[in-house]
Amino acid sequence: MLGHRAGLLLTPLFLGIIAAWMLVYGAFGHVGNPEHPAANPADGLAAWEQIYSVLTSPRCLNCHTATNYPHQGDDRHRHFANVIRGPEGKGVPGLNCVSCHHEANAESTGVPGGPDWHLAPLSMHWQDLSNRPLSSAAVCRSVTDRSTNENMDGQALLKHHEQAELVLWAWNPGTRPDGSTRTLPPLTHAEFMAATRLWVAAGTPCPKGK
Amino acid sequence: MAVYKLTVNGQRKEVNVDPSTPLLWVLREELKMTGTKYGCGISACGACTVHVDGVATRSCVLPMSLVGGPIITIEGIAQDPVGRAVQEAWVDKDVVQCGYCQSGQIMSAVALLKATSKPTEANIEESMGGNLCRCATYVRIREAIKSAAQKL
Repeated sequence: MLGHRAGLLLTPLFLGIIAAWMLVYGAFGHVGNPEHPAANPADGLAAWEQIYSVLTSPRCLNCHTATNYPHQGDDRHRHFANVIRGPEGKGVPGLNCVSCHHEANAESTGVPGGPDWHLAPLSMHWQDLSNRPLSSAAVCRSVTDRSTNENMDGQALLKHHEQAELVLWAWNPGTRPDGSTRTLPPLTHAEFMAATRLWVAAGTPCPKGK
Repeated sequence: MAVYKLTVNGQRKEVNVDPSTPLLWVLREELKMTGTKYGCGISACGACTVHVDGVATRSCVLPMSLVGGPIITIEGIAQDPVGRAVQEAWVDKDVVQCGYCQSGQIMSAVALLKATSKPTEANIEESMGGNLCRCATYVRIREAIKSAAQKL
């Protein structure tokens, strides 16, 4: 009897707690993100800034150009030998990307390589024509615009960052011709993925502005 | 060391080399096909260009472990109508001076003409930009490519 009464008293209290929890967490879009229960737009934007620091590193930016040619080196100078983007971002006959860049880094010569070496499409350029990185807001728009990013939603972007072979190359860039190791992006790949997961869980928010 | 079976200019070859050995040195040292030249060794000059699976490729930076597909070298390029036209144009226009870079030049020119039978000046400029010539035969190279294109 006593237990039944207690149950009756506790039920409204229990329902109230559930409702309050849903109100608080639901307002921030947390429901359904068990991996990042604290994900909210502010956390997402902070995570995006970490992602942006990687995307604008030379290892990524040199092939996400706004020009009809790739760049190279940490100073992001124009690729030598008059190398041209070509209609599909893979160079031109006689001077394709894969004429020199093979399936893997050539450690004996310092020529970088990876599967299907090519430039990102012009729609995914992350620098301006003066070789300056675009703003955080502009790169974010470029990355999230499904009309120009090969129709990738948040989950597809997550997979792209996690598995795309040329993305992974950035953390295994091999050695320069002088034998020194190429500069890595500012985050480890694990840190980059953690930031991407948080950003995707928060709904891929982008900073405002140009 | 590892055994690799290759098709070079239509002929089956077998070599036993370290997997990191560049294709260039397999051609020159193992198969004694010295028409393909060593220039810079870092894919910066184009002298070592051959075709691998139809793509103009710098053989000095291609390790044997990554070679995929049939190989055509300067010794076999005349088996192909485009290659024959380019070689004849090279002779007609007297392109060669010292000659060291010319096998690579011809291999790149053939790759261009196989993809673009009537190339513009811009096409030639873009496709041949990776092949250097210290004798500066560039004007004659351009003329020979245009001449070959007219006959194709």
